[in-house]
Amino acid sequence: MKEEFQAPQGKILKVSGKCLSLVGDDIDTDRINPARFLKCVDFESLGEAVFEDDRKDLNGKHPFDLKLNQNASILLVNSNFGCGSSREHAPQSLMRWGIRAIIGESFAEIFYSNCIAIGIPCFTMAKKDIASLQDKAAIGNLFFEIDIKNSIAIEESRRHKLEIKESSKNMFLSGEWDATSTLLSNIKLIERKMNILPYIHLNK
Amino acid sequence: MSQNTLYDKVWDLHKVADLPGGSSQIFIGLHLIHEVTSPQAFGALKDKNLKVKFPSRTIATVDHIVPTDNQSRPFKDNLAEQMIDTLEKNCKNHKIKFFNIGSGSQGIVHVVAPELGLTQPGMTIACGDSHTSTHGAFGSIAFGIGTSQVRDVLASQTLAMNKLKVRKIWCDNKLSEGVFAKDLVLHIINKLGVKAGVGYAYEFSGPAIDFLSMEERMTICNMSIEGGARCGYVNPDEVTFNYIKDRQFSPKSDNWVQAVKWWKSLSSEKDAIYDDAISIDASKVEPTVTWGITPGQSIGVSQKIPELSELSVDDQFIAGEAYEYMGLNPGQAIKNTPIDVCFIGSCTNGRISDLRVAAEIVQNHKVSPNVKAFVVPGSEKVAKAAIEEGLDKIFKEAGFQWREPGCSMCLAMNPDKLTGNQVSASSSNRNFKGRQGSPSGRTLLMSPAMVAAAAIEGKVSDVREFIKK
Repeated sequence: MKEEFQAPQGKILKVSGKCLSLVGDDIDTDRINPARFLKCVDFESLGEAVFEDDRKDLNGKHPFDLKLNQNASILLVNSNFGCGSSREHAPQSLMRWGIRAIIGESFAEIFYSNCIAIGIPCFTMAKKDIASLQDKAAIGNLFFEIDIKNSIAIEESRRHKLEIKESSKNMFLSGEWDATSTLLSNIKLIERKMNILPYIHLNK
Repeated sequence: MSQNTLYDKVWDLHKVADLPGGSSQIFIGLHLIHEVTSPQAFGALKDKNLKVKFPSRTIATVDHIVPTDNQSRPFKDNLAEQMIDTLEKNCKNHKIKFFNIGSGSQGIVHVVAPELGLTQPGMTIACGDSHTSTHGAFGSIAFGIGTSQVRDVLASQTLAMNKLKVRKIWCDNKLSEGVFAKDLVLHIINKLGVKAGVGYAYEFSGPAIDFLSMEERMTICNMSIEGGARCGYVNPDEVTFNYIKDRQFSPKSDNWVQAVKWWKSLSSEKDAIYDDAISIDASKVEPTVTWGITPGQSIGVSQKIPELSELSVDDQFIAGEAYEYMGLNPGQAIKNTPIDVCFIGSCTNGRISDLRVAAEIVQNHKVSPNVKAFVVPGSEKVAKAAIEEGLDKIFKEAGFQWREPGCSMCLAMNPDKLTGNQVSASSSNRNFKGRQGSPSGRTLLMSPAMVAAAAIEGKVSDVREFIKK
C-alpha cells in the first residue's frame, strides 16, 4: 500500500532509501511529465503521471514499473537530466511518486533549481561511477543513506563521494530551500532596490 | 569569472543581498505569468497568507491552453476553461494586468511582452516558461523559472540565484540567402551540444548577429535554453532602440532620451572578460533540419543523418534512441523525408516577419494533398498585422488553415496535436519524444520558410531552390 504523500519540510540533513536506476541522456521534462498533465491548477494527482508515455511504451518494463523499484526514493540518472521545459510539474511528479533525492552525471539548470525549491537535493557524480551504481541498482536492491552535510552516500560499508553546489547544500541544511521567508526578510532592501532601478522611473 | 559583460552589469544592478547560504537575492524587474505555471504559485501564496508585493511588475496573458479554432467561452475542454478562469480570478484578486483573449494584445507571452514594449534592455525578466530567454534579445537578463520561484517573485519580486558564467558566441560573416536565424541557432546548438550551456549565459554577438532584425534575434535567444543555457542575450544597439520606440509601454519623450542613454551604457565592454568564447562562421550555415529527438540532432538540408561512428561517445546513446523513434536510418538523406503536418507558429517563429517569409514561399503554390498545414500567429497583434497585409489570404489560398493566436502544436496542450506516428515539419523549438501531442509523433524542426517549402512539396525540401524558382 502506498504511504500517504508527505512533502519535504524544514531542514534536510539526510535522505535514505532504495535506489532506482533510470538510464539515458537528455531525458527531458516532457518525457517526465507529458504536456497533457499540465492541465491542472494543483499538483496533487501528478505522481501517477510520471513518465506516463515511456511507461506505456515499455508495457510494465519501465524502471518506474518494475517490482524491484517500488518504494525507491533515490533516483540514479545520467547526463542533462530534466532538460527542456521549466515545468515544475516534472520534479513534483517525481516527488509525489516517492523520489526524495537524485544522483546524476548532470542536471538541466531550471530542473535543478525547481528540485531545490521543493526540497529534492540533486547530486552529481562522474559518468563511470554513476554507471556502475546503475548496474548494481538494476539487478538488486541498492540502499543508500545520503549524508548531505558531508556529501556522501553510505552503502553498507562503502562510501561514495557526491558533489553538490555549496549554496544548495547550505539551503538544505538550514531549511532555507523554501526561500520565500528568507527573501522577504530583506523587504527593506527590496524596496530600496525598486526605487533605484532606472527603468522603474523611466517607464512611469 | 566574467567581468564587464552586460550580464555582469545587469546582475550587479539587480543584486539585493548576498544570502546566508552563498546564493544571491536578485530583483526581478518584469515578471510575466500565464495560465499553466501560475495557479499553484497563487495557491501557495494563499497557503502562506502572503500578498503580491508589487502587482504592477507582473503582467499576465493566456497562451498555452487556448484553442486556435473556436475561442468562444466556455472552452469545450473543461480543464482548459478551469485554467483560464483561475488566471482571470487570480489577476483580478491581485490587481495584475491581464491581456486576455479579445483584448487585442493576447498571445504567446514571449511575443506579447516585446511587442508591447514591456521588454527593455537592462531588465531582469522571469517567467514560468523556459523560453523566457527570448527577451534577452533586447539586452535583458531573462530566464525561465518553475512554479515555486513564480511564488517567490509574486511574494517578494526577488529570487535566490547563483550567478552564471558567460560564454561569448561570436557569429562571423553573414547568413546567406534562404538561411535564417532559426538555422543559425540550430547550427550553434548542434556544434556546442544540448548541455554545453548548463551553468552559462550565452552572449550572441558578431556581424551576423548585428545584421539580424529584433525578431530574428528573439529566435536566437529563444532557443538558448535548447542548448542548455538558461539565458541568452544580445547587446542592445540601434536595431533594439528602433524596435522599442513608440510601443505602448516604452519610455516616452524625455524619458526616452534618458533610457536610450542608459541602455547604451549596458553593452559588454570591449575589454570584457568571458568565461568562454567560441566562434561560428554564419556564412557556412545551410538551411538546417533536426532528424532526432533533441534540438541538437540537426544537419544541413543537403547532408545525411550521421552514423553512430561519426558522433562523439557522449552523443551515441541518445542518437541510437533517436534513429529508432524517428524511424530514420543513419546515412539517409534528410531531404525528401515525407511530411504529414506543417506547423508555422510558436514563440520561436510565430512573429510577423516569420509569417511574411513563409507567405512569400507559399504564394502561387498549393499545399501538397497529403499534408495538413496550419499557421498560428504568435499574438493578436501579429494576426491583425498579417491580415492587414493579406498574408492570411495567401496562406488560405495555398491550402493552409489560418488559426487564432496561441502556443498551439508547439507543445500541444490545446486540441492541435499530431496523431499516431505522424511526421511534422515545425517552426517550433522542441523535437522531444511526444512533444507535439502524440506519444509516437515525430517532429522535424526547421525555419518557417523551410516549413512552407515542406508543405508545398509534402517532403523536406531545400527552400533555396524555391527562392530560385
